[in-house]
Amino acid sequence: MKQKFDIIESTCVPLPLENVDTDQIIPARFLKAVTRDEKFFGDNLFRDWRYNADGTPKKDFVLNDPRYGGCILVAGKNFGSGSSREHAAWAIAGYGFRVVISSFFADIHKNNELNNFVLPVVVSEDFLAELFASIAENPQTKVRVDVPAQTVTNLSTGRSEAFELNAYKKYCLMNALDDIDYLLEQKDKIEKFEQGR
Amino acid sequence: MNTLFDKIWDAHVVSLIEDGPTQLYIDRLYCHEVTSPQAFDGLRARGIKPLRPEKIFCMPDHNTPTHDQDKPIEDPVSKSQVDALARNAAEFGLTHYGMMSPDNGIIHVVGPEKGLSLPGMTIVCGDSHTSTHGAMGAVAFGIGTSEVEMVLASQCILQQKPKSMSIRVEGELGPGVTAKDLALYLMSRLTTSGATGYFVEYRGSAVRSLSMEGRLTLCNLSIEMGARGGFVAPDEKTFEYVKGREYAPKGEAWDKALAYWKTLRSGDDAVFDKELVFDAADVRPMITYGTNPGMGMAVDAAIPTLDSIAPEQQPGFLKALKYMGFEPGQRLLGHPVDYVFLGACTNGRVEDFRSFASLVKGRRKAPGVTAWLVPGSWMVKRQIEEEGLDKVLEAAGFEIRQPGCSACLAMNDDKIPAGKYAVSTSNRNFEGRQGPGSRTLLASPLTAAAAAVTGVITDPRDFLQ
Repeated sequence: MKQKFDIIESTCVPLPLENVDTDQIIPARFLKAVTRDEKFFGDNLFRDWRYNADGTPKKDFVLNDPRYGGCILVAGKNFGSGSSREHAAWAIAGYGFRVVISSFFADIHKNNELNNFVLPVVVSEDFLAELFASIAENPQTKVRVDVPAQTVTNLSTGRSEAFELNAYKKYCLMNALDDIDYLLEQKDKIEKFEQGR
Repeated sequence: MNTLFDKIWDAHVVSLIEDGPTQLYIDRLYCHEVTSPQAFDGLRARGIKPLRPEKIFCMPDHNTPTHDQDKPIEDPVSKSQVDALARNAAEFGLTHYGMMSPDNGIIHVVGPEKGLSLPGMTIVCGDSHTSTHGAMGAVAFGIGTSEVEMVLASQCILQQKPKSMSIRVEGELGPGVTAKDLALYLMSRLTTSGATGYFVEYRGSAVRSLSMEGRLTLCNLSIEMGARGGFVAPDEKTFEYVKGREYAPKGEAWDKALAYWKTLRSGDDAVFDKELVFDAADVRPMITYGTNPGMGMAVDAAIPTLDSIAPEQQPGFLKALKYMGFEPGQRLLGHPVDYVFLGACTNGRVEDFRSFASLVKGRRKAPGVTAWLVPGSWMVKRQIEEEGLDKVLEAAGFEIRQPGCSACLAMNDDKIPAGKYAVSTSNRNFEGRQGPGSRTLLASPLTAAAAAVTGVITDPRDFLQ
């Protein structure tokens, strides 16, 4: 969903596992929808880690743990590997996350998050380890993500880091514009390119 | 600098956005039924049509059943998705190879075999295994649905240019060692994120020696190392493969194309952002033991012990082994197998069926094993029949199904039951990938064939003369 980004301050949901693939974020059997129903995908986010086969919640999974909440997901290294399914980003957005913090994202999934106004924030391994420790100690730990300043701060420890975001994408996020809006204005350039081949 | 990746990429740059992505022109867009419906909805919502419909080809593959394709799909949700693609293609004037069309099959098998994927092209599809087409000497990569909509709308995509990586494999692969084993070996060395951010050029004598089918398998698995894509520079094998195919250039256009394709190679002075070198002699038949494709080992080796795993990786390692029902340090040779799956965009081509048939010929499928042999396309199925491989396989107790993605991701009825072990020639062993609770062991068609006739994990070299 297109929404403008500015400064986000929130508690976090920790998922300290590496290599979380998009098949886990949203299993293939939920990809049959022909519409972009974010609520449907959000309801099935991490479906097989979150629910037993009979639909009852798995108590030991973090989304079912009442101590944790907020619009920031904090995940281990190499988040979103595997399938290109954008449904994974729709599920993350549909659940209500606006930011995902990790030390490393898979390329396609990172683009998919950005195209759905979910901000992937890449932090150092150290920052990530400290943040997981802060959240483990105090589930109410808040993080501040300042998009204009491109900084992320662990408010429990005060540790802050700059994160990368190119100027174009930053403008898009802060103004709720997407790439298609941009490309549709480039028709002359496209035709000129085709003629020049 | 001066890599083949640079040459192809730079030849497709329409514009550069300052401190932003590149506007890249796309020569070919493929659409399957799973990742396209919301993109077509997006066009309708904006009141626009595809800019270059003649460059776009659509076919269902993920949901298609592998039996009775002439009858309506039983699962109403799968049917609605397959029907939606047919409707969208008709509404927007796009070529569509529907189920039962003699041209239908897995998109990454059909593209090369129809000559739709050619050297020097930029190729995208809402599917991470689009990297497969890199075997033709093309820059091919998977994209999300929003990006599918971008390409539908403008024949362009906004992308950051990836870094370049050279993976050079020198020497000869040993007997019983295939392109699939090479790919699984590379993944086990690089991990599933070792090539993230990069576009890989596969080079060296071992890569050049691979058939086109083998190169398609190798490039297919680039994404499993995290790479944006992977390709092999086109050579005589490529040109031979392409020539005469339905959409390949003909006559004068062929001569002109060929002259250009022959220039498609990295310069002798090419500088890659990262260069890796491997010895083909180090590669043995491989199998995976965990829940990502990087968790692989030689089929006769033992699963790593816990103390050999970095502390921060131990939770994931133990979670994976628990899911698989394995212990650290365990050997897998002799472990019972319930299912064998031959197929997918990774190993669903005729060479894979030849390979499987060569091992099972004159033997019998083990009684406890359920085997699904799924050709990658109707064209592959016809080749299998023309070569008489179907007779060899049937005599050994195997049945050939109808084409589609099938048990690779189990969006149709071909699901591995919970707790069962499947030796699979597909590309991913993620938790639940082949059905909730399924346990996948990725391997080559030869290793899959060896398991199919013995009923246990077996080194295929035991069957070599």
